[in-house]
Amino acid sequence: MVIVQVITGGLLLGAVYALFSSGLTLIWGMMNVVNFAHGDFVMIGMYVAFLIYTYLNGGPIEFVLASAVVLFVLGVWSYTGLVRHVMSGTLLSQMLATFGLALVLRYATFWIFSSNFRSLPEDLIGGTLNLGGILISMPKLVAGVVAIALTLGLHGLLTRTAIGSQLLAVSEDRNAAMLMGIRPDRMQALAWGLAGAGTGIAGALIATFYYISPSVGETLALVAFVVVALGGFGSVPGALIAGLLIGVIQELSAYLLGPVYKDVVVYALFVAVLWIRPQGLFGKF
Amino acid sequence: MTDRLRVTNLEVRYGDLVGVADVSFEVAEGSVVALLGSNGAGKTTTLNAIAGLVKPSRGTIEWRGEDIGRLPAYAIVPKGLALSPEGWRLFVGQTVEQNLRLGTATVRDKARVPALLDRVYTTFPRLAERRKQRAGTLSGGERQMLAMGRALMSEPRLLLLDEPSLGLAPAIVDTLYETLERLHQDGLTLLLAEQSVSLALEVADHAYVLQTGRTVLDGPAEALQHDAQVQEIYLGTKTKPVMEH
Ligand SMILES: Nc1ncnc2c1ncn2[C@@H]1O[C@H](COP(=O)(O)OP(=O)(O)O)[C@@H](O)[C@H]1O
Ligand SMILES: [Mg+2]
Repeated sequence: MVIVQVITGGLLLGAVYALFSSGLTLIWGMMNVVNFAHGDFVMIGMYVAFLIYTYLNGGPIEFVLASAVVLFVLGVWSYTGLVRHVMSGTLLSQMLATFGLALVLRYATFWIFSSNFRSLPEDLIGGTLNLGGILISMPKLVAGVVAIALTLGLHGLLTRTAIGSQLLAVSEDRNAAMLMGIRPDRMQALAWGLAGAGTGIAGALIATFYYISPSVGETLALVAFVVVALGGFGSVPGALIAGLLIGVIQELSAYLLGPVYKDVVVYALFVAVLWIRPQGLFGKF
Repeated sequence: MTDRLRVTNLEVRYGDLVGVADVSFEVAEGSVVALLGSNGAGKTTTLNAIAGLVKPSRGTIEWRGEDIGRLPAYAIVPKGLALSPEGWRLFVGQTVEQNLRLGTATVRDKARVPALLDRVYTTFPRLAERRKQRAGTLSGGERQMLAMGRALMSEPRLLLLDEPSLGLAPAIVDTLYETLERLHQDGLTLLLAEQSVSLALEVADHAYVLQTGRTVLDGPAEALQHDAQVQEIYLGTKTKPVMEH
């Protein structure tokens, strides 16, 4: 029974991992830019939730939406204001640009909020659900379900809508996309906006059950990189499955081996998979 | 205002290399014009410059009296020009129908899309059969049809075709050229780059011959069919295997 509960907890956590990793896979796998500020986008999403709750008395729906909007704008701005200008440069200049952005976001947050850990009240999204003996905390249940829905929604957007098709076209062949009359810059900005919005929502959801600090993004970014590498660069379904997998493995190893080992197991598995299948478990698209 | 394309003293550079050095020609509304020339003569560079994929370093490209030479590719399509590029450049990860719909990115009235799809499927029934298949699974002939169909989806007034016969079986090439004739009869203006001279001269009204980046000769297609200089330019390349991607 406890095992089932641990696995359920892992799946719900994994769903949130999947959501913020989708953002990373979108701009890494499709737009070919490694966003080192990705973890800090999640962190900003958490602080937006904290601020809206603390100063504007907003509930979960308000702060999740606010986080989506703020991070959409931050994503678009990161592309148009920064990344666009270094795209034609070397890989190193791209890396340094987003790495610089990460540092600015992180230390600006330190400066404004100090390094104190913050958190939202635990009963913000009512208590615990008892499913025939399996106890599921409501914040994690809500976060997990919303995250799965949004990840599937993002996949649907990419594969079933005209705008998604145009996004994929730009990532497949930028010049051919231009021959269709598509403006690659706009699509790139949109991809960054979407990635930001998904990441912001994930951050706001995580904030309902996780501590908030300026450096929390570091831990989460590592998870996102592992999920993207496992799921295959650019694959949203891959990120979903890999996210769920990582969530379950983390929770299971925390339960079976002890909490200190959960990250070690994940990274060991990560290295093993990259060794055997460098293209990730699911490959591209 | 008539749909006239006029290219004057076009020069395109790839860094230090010269893609085309001095190309001038005209395409009148309703005509079929062929750009002939062996491999490396500058046909693709010329078409890509018109479509906005490469920038001219000298010369002008005028369409309906407007200089479009410095516009980016995405701004060219809405002006009524579409390119079916060399190597097709399909979105191989997406379906046939998605590729065709991508061709309508600049069509403002989205209600027209089903009719445009229908028209392409009527022109190329093979594409209708394969509509749900990924473009990456198509044969060479089908890929050429899809590249042409996709270009037609933007309702161009001038269709630019880069070597539609390249690497395809003769029977498929015949079908494609019949389709081109029909599109022309329906009022479409065509600019066609070809290495395959006899084929191009059959459909073209007028042809220009390119040699190492320069227009060296032009005339009515019928006259060029019997021209000794044309034969000479091509004799050296005729037996060369046509493999270029
Ligand atoms: N991307 C490129 N970079 C450098 N040189 C190029 C490039 N594309 C074409 N060229 C050169 O430009 C000249 C014209 O090529 P191209 O336009 O492809 O001729 P064609 O289509 O008639 O075979 C050739 O000498 C070719 O090597
Ligand atoms: Mg060519």
